[in-house]
Amino acid sequence: MATATSTTGIRRILRPLLIPSLALLSALLAGAVVMVLSGDDPMAAYSGLFQGAFGDGKGWARTIRKTIPFVLTGLSVALAFKVSLFNIGASGQFVMGSVFAVAVGINFEGLPVFIHLPLALIAGIVGGMLWGAIPGILKVYTGAHEVIVTIMLNYVASLFGGWTVYAGGTQGQTPGPLWDRTAGAISETPDVLHSAQIPWLFGPPYRVHAGVFLALAAAILVWWLIYKTPLGFEMRTVGHNMRAARYAGIRVNYTIILTMALAGGLAGLAGGIETLGLNHKFAPEFGGAVGFDGITVALLGQTHPIGVLLAAFMFGALDGGAATMQFQSGVPADIIQIIQALVLAFVAAPLIIRMIFRLRQQTADDAGSAVSTSWGGT
Amino acid sequence: MNASQTAQANQTNAGPPKLEVLAITKLFPGVVANKDIDLALHEGEILALLGENGAGKSTLMNIIYGLYQPTEGQIQVDGRTVEMHSPRDAIDLGIGMVHQHFQLVPVMSVVDNIMLGSESIDRGLLDRESVSAQIQELAERYNMPVDPNTIIEDLPVGVQQRVEILKALYRNAEILILDEPTSVLTPQEIEGLFAVMELLRSQGKSIIFITHKLKEVLRIADRIAVLRRGEMVGEADPATASQADLANLMVGRNVTLEVEKEPATAGELLLQLQDIEAYTDLGEHALRGVSLDVHAGEIVGVAGVQGNGQTELVEVVTGLRPAAAGSVHIDGVDMTNASPRRITEEGAICHVPEDRHMYGMVDAYSVADNLVLSSYYKRPFSSGLTMNEQAIAQHAEELVAQFDVRTPSVRTAGASLSGGNQQKMVVAREFGRPIRLLVAAQPTRGIDVGSIEFIHSQIVAKRDEGVAVLLVSYELDEIMALSDRIAVMFHGRISAILPRSQATREKIGLLMAGVSAQDESPAD
Repeated sequence: MATATSTTGIRRILRPLLIPSLALLSALLAGAVVMVLSGDDPMAAYSGLFQGAFGDGKGWARTIRKTIPFVLTGLSVALAFKVSLFNIGASGQFVMGSVFAVAVGINFEGLPVFIHLPLALIAGIVGGMLWGAIPGILKVYTGAHEVIVTIMLNYVASLFGGWTVYAGGTQGQTPGPLWDRTAGAISETPDVLHSAQIPWLFGPPYRVHAGVFLALAAAILVWWLIYKTPLGFEMRTVGHNMRAARYAGIRVNYTIILTMALAGGLAGLAGGIETLGLNHKFAPEFGGAVGFDGITVALLGQTHPIGVLLAAFMFGALDGGAATMQFQSGVPADIIQIIQALVLAFVAAPLIIRMIFRLRQQTADDAGSAVSTSWGGT
Repeated sequence: MNASQTAQANQTNAGPPKLEVLAITKLFPGVVANKDIDLALHEGEILALLGENGAGKSTLMNIIYGLYQPTEGQIQVDGRTVEMHSPRDAIDLGIGMVHQHFQLVPVMSVVDNIMLGSESIDRGLLDRESVSAQIQELAERYNMPVDPNTIIEDLPVGVQQRVEILKALYRNAEILILDEPTSVLTPQEIEGLFAVMELLRSQGKSIIFITHKLKEVLRIADRIAVLRRGEMVGEADPATASQADLANLMVGRNVTLEVEKEPATAGELLLQLQDIEAYTDLGEHALRGVSLDVHAGEIVGVAGVQGNGQTELVEVVTGLRPAAAGSVHIDGVDMTNASPRRITEEGAICHVPEDRHMYGMVDAYSVADNLVLSSYYKRPFSSGLTMNEQAIAQHAEELVAQFDVRTPSVRTAGASLSGGNQQKMVVAREFGRPIRLLVAAQPTRGIDVGSIEFIHSQIVAKRDEGVAVLLVSYELDEIMALSDRIAVMFHGRISAILPRSQATREKIGLLMAGVSAQDESPAD
């Protein structure tokens, strides 16, 4: 036992990485098959992808920039998962966070940066929290399933976001409250004031903003919250066994609402950071696709904050290299979305991965596992 | 001629045994579940298989039923060596199993349940009529009357069990494995089951009867085989063996079956329930005006067949289920529908829940985390913002030693402990803090004799410290052994409260079955 400790320690760290890595590999292979079938050269495509993501400073900058929102929406979904809640609403929460943040960011001229920027970021968090809390409250008090409610609220958020920047119609319909009057027929907000913009770490052409620190801090904070605090203990207990949680005196309803609000807050922060750091305005097309990808990122990251960081980085690289891949090899960048979708399919169905790579299933007969859970006994 | 001689005679006269297990060994990672086990079952015999929890009874039965493959050894049916890869193979060989938890679909009819998996088809359609006729025939032959068209969930538990046995017989089972079949039955239903078992035996069926109830073994078995820690430690002859002999064989040391205790010295009123009404999650009326007092320093046992409101009663007392009417007072304070945490803290109440997996523990959590499940937020385990893992581990080491929880370490997941040790873990957590009221529901369910002895002595020790104990158990023996007063529940009501001195098994058994208490004894 004592001699095996160090190897089992390494295995404990590596084991959770196995399935996600193989899922990613499988998705890339399947993507290659799709390319071959459509007459493209997968080698050229993947070399272009790698070039685009890591080939030079600009590539790295792109990858990191794209990673940031994936980290936060991935954390949002992962946090909810820890409480056995399925947050499909990161997309809508992202949009609400963007709208709230931009509403603060384009107003309050004259505020100093150290007040205006935090205020705008907090507004983003609050917007997301509100949008996350609603499905939590409905679940607790009416039994409405959070999957259904969050999906519906995605549409509401998307349309609400569109309305706030609506340019008005030719028949004199009222324009939205956040619409930029100088933009003519274009539906978008004015630029965020300088005092509310997240500062660049590296200016153009590299364009990496300080939001990367917020994303990293959020990952550490979520890890700390889940695994080190009494609140995290309550959340995990509710997630593992709701009855045991009630038995232990934990306020299950409160925990569910709070978790959904926090998950929403993380997605809202993602929206706020994208708006204040990168887009500097809100328009309907800055929607919440990244919120849906948060589901894949969370699953690929095995719903662990550190795993989410790694998975988000992989997704950031895929997105960061896509344009260069298309430019260099002529393979359409859309293939990346196919690959990302395949990752989700493979991660969500680990049995397929086990079959492809002939991994042993963890059964009672698996002589390698340390302690079997259910043998004998009536 | 006693039973073992009969068995002997069978062996020599009637050719090979019906079923023979030869040198079966089953290894699980780090565990020898079965070691070199030989076992023979003869035609027309009831063989009782006794053993503590984790002794390997279920593993052995699962091997015989084709769910596990043995690491070594072989199985012979009618003298032929057979290999089974699934229960389907076992069924084809004439082996049938009635699981402890019935494998029936509650919303389907008796006939549908019985034909499920081996449907009789007539021109592409289910042929219910001929199956019904066959069921009727079987039911008459073995004296197990049942209406094939009734929906399972409308049937009492005893009849559901009958359906399980009929299901096996319908599949032409010659060998029947009954896994803890009496645990859900009233004493009267148990007698009915035994009559059926005797009838089956007389018609040449062979039965393996798994149980931990020594009294029943002596009552019905022809032969008794005892397993301990995966090994066959011996056979006993029911004609000559005593309960104490069997218990010692099972545990490997002397066991005190009787709980030794002084008469209770009941003190002040601690728990007072008045006219409690409550409903199940499905809206069924579960408690219909329950009133009950528990005083400091006494054990009040609630007897009754499972499902007569005991679960809901415990949940109302502990704040897990709202009372629709009535009141709960703990030490004079109104705690009706208070939050579980307030009841735990202000009422100084501890609760050993009926189902440890559902309520009492988080399977994925370590032993240490499970041991702070109801106190994780207090110092020294938590200092407001962060949890103190060192204090939690130290607390766990102390309780594990004090309550003899056998675990490789306190970091081991609770799920990987044996049932008895899981229960000791729950008891350790609940008993290991200052309490005035103890609510114990099925405190020894599914655990080994040694652990039962330990937990019983702990409960009595708490009583002697002046704790008020409300004990709910479906095991009449447990109620009889521990209680100072016995309340019997039937259909959501307490039908009688008897002092222990006036309670006989027969009287309680009739009350449990719903026979009115009026002419039996005046209520306490």
